[in-house]
Amino acid sequence: MARAHTTQRKVVMTTAAWIIGLAIFFPILWTILTSFKTEADAIANPPKFLFFDWTLENYGIVQERSNYARYLWNSIVIAGGSTVLGLIVAIPAAWSMAFVPGRRTKDILMWMLSTKMLPAVGVLYPIYLVMIKMGVLDTKGALVVVLMLINLPIIIWMLYTYFKEIPVEILEAARMDGATLREEIVYILTPMAIPGIASTLLLNIILAWNEAFWTLNLTAAKAAPLTAFIASYSSPEGLFYAKLSAASTMAIAPILIMGWFSQKQLVRGLTFGAVK
Amino acid sequence: MATQHSRSAARLMMAPAVILLLGWMLVPLVMTLYFSFMDYRPMRGIVECCVGFSNYERFITSSAFLDSIIVTMIMVGGILAITVIGGVLLAILLDQPIWGQGIVRILVIAPFFVMPTVSALVWKNMFMDPVNGILAHLWRFFGAQPHDWLSQSPLFSIILIVSWQWLPFATLILLTAIQSLDSEQLEASEMDGAPALMRFWYIVLPHLSRAITVVILIQTIFLLSIFAEIFVTTQGSFGTRTLTYLIYQRVLESQNVGLGSAGGILAVILANIIAIFLMRIVGKNLDA
Repeated sequence: MARAHTTQRKVVMTTAAWIIGLAIFFPILWTILTSFKTEADAIANPPKFLFFDWTLENYGIVQERSNYARYLWNSIVIAGGSTVLGLIVAIPAAWSMAFVPGRRTKDILMWMLSTKMLPAVGVLYPIYLVMIKMGVLDTKGALVVVLMLINLPIIIWMLYTYFKEIPVEILEAARMDGATLREEIVYILTPMAIPGIASTLLLNIILAWNEAFWTLNLTAAKAAPLTAFIASYSSPEGLFYAKLSAASTMAIAPILIMGWFSQKQLVRGLTFGAVK
Repeated sequence: MATQHSRSAARLMMAPAVILLLGWMLVPLVMTLYFSFMDYRPMRGIVECCVGFSNYERFITSSAFLDSIIVTMIMVGGILAITVIGGVLLAILLDQPIWGQGIVRILVIAPFFVMPTVSALVWKNMFMDPVNGILAHLWRFFGAQPHDWLSQSPLFSIILIVSWQWLPFATLILLTAIQSLDSEQLEASEMDGAPALMRFWYIVLPHLSRAITVVILIQTIFLLSIFAEIFVTTQGSFGTRTLTYLIYQRVLESQNVGLGSAGGILAVILANIIAIFLMRIVGKNLDA
């Protein structure tokens, strides 16, 4: 009897969870479906769910009319470049804080975190002005640097929490055996740290890819990534549901897939280790 | 000896990160602070120093400021209420033994990975449009007059859109926290005949309180600077102008840099007040 009761409960819970899950996912699903419709089908009343003439023409048109590939390339360069650059700066810093902590290490970590909380709009004009003066407004390089800087605290924190989990005893043993600092890093730490570095990389590509304050305000025609490209669809004349959907699907698909792989790291990275 | 050596090496390894972040924080902040005491309107060629606190006075006493504070509070408060309450309920549901848990979790988390401009535009056009939107179809299906979301209830619409993006974040963190709950304690109370609601109130909720605080603080920091969602939907009109958006308009649209910078400094102070609370929690965890 108790068993029947649990099964019944499981059925109810499963049904509820699936209905809610699908409802939350529906806007994404609808966008993907609409991207394969003709414009007429996209606004059909009543809406067509699965039975329409599937077509790929929207993807072709989006590329043809607006050179989608260029925005995609900008996004890849900006998100990838800022993450790699961030890692290069962050790995040594996080390493030293995790393994050679000083009296001030904790204060430095907290201070780094506090820079993340600076509202972007408060420093928008100075950054804008400096970029104009340096002639780098609307360049990919400038955005790589800006996004690297805004994500640097998260990268350092994430790496720090991962490095902290590497047992110090192993390092001490290596030192006893006469390993130099360089050998210690190359042969012992790096292999153990690779999973942590990989998840940090993943989460930061996601964050940089979706960043939509600096990318909207510091780019125009040349360096605009996908966030800015999609925003250009907000003008009424550019509005076609199927094409908007095709452009959106292409913009979110790679990150959606990456995101699914980094669920666990997301919690750690975005709560700065406060929830694990 | 070796420690001495590695200590100085450690300092050297930390230097680039510290210097970069220090520069990134200080230089623009000092510039903003400096601009905030100037009459600086580049479009008209006015660059005058120094006008004292008049920018601050003008910014604070303008009705736009008070409105923007109220809009910001409603927006952040509304999104927090929806995402935290929804997140707790969803986390509890996803923690139950259900079939296909992994897939449901993936479905629920997905919106967090959608870039803000995409989610705002998809919601605005394909869901909230009064003629062709899905919600309009749904309303008509039930024989109701379609609601023109973004012009009749713009603030609520933006709250909905942003909540959709942040609900996964709250759910994911609360789910992680719930899974660390000691199940023996729950089973014991169940044996003792405590009803589900009591168990939730006296065991689950207290256990979640820290995670909930973290969610609230982190979301507040991100939500205070919502930009893209407003930028592509209402452009700050129809009573959706938050403090962030107001400052953006003053600085970049009307190019009154002095006035906008004064607002920027106020926003920095405001964000810092919230940040202090978050840092305390994170800092405590660092000791443990």
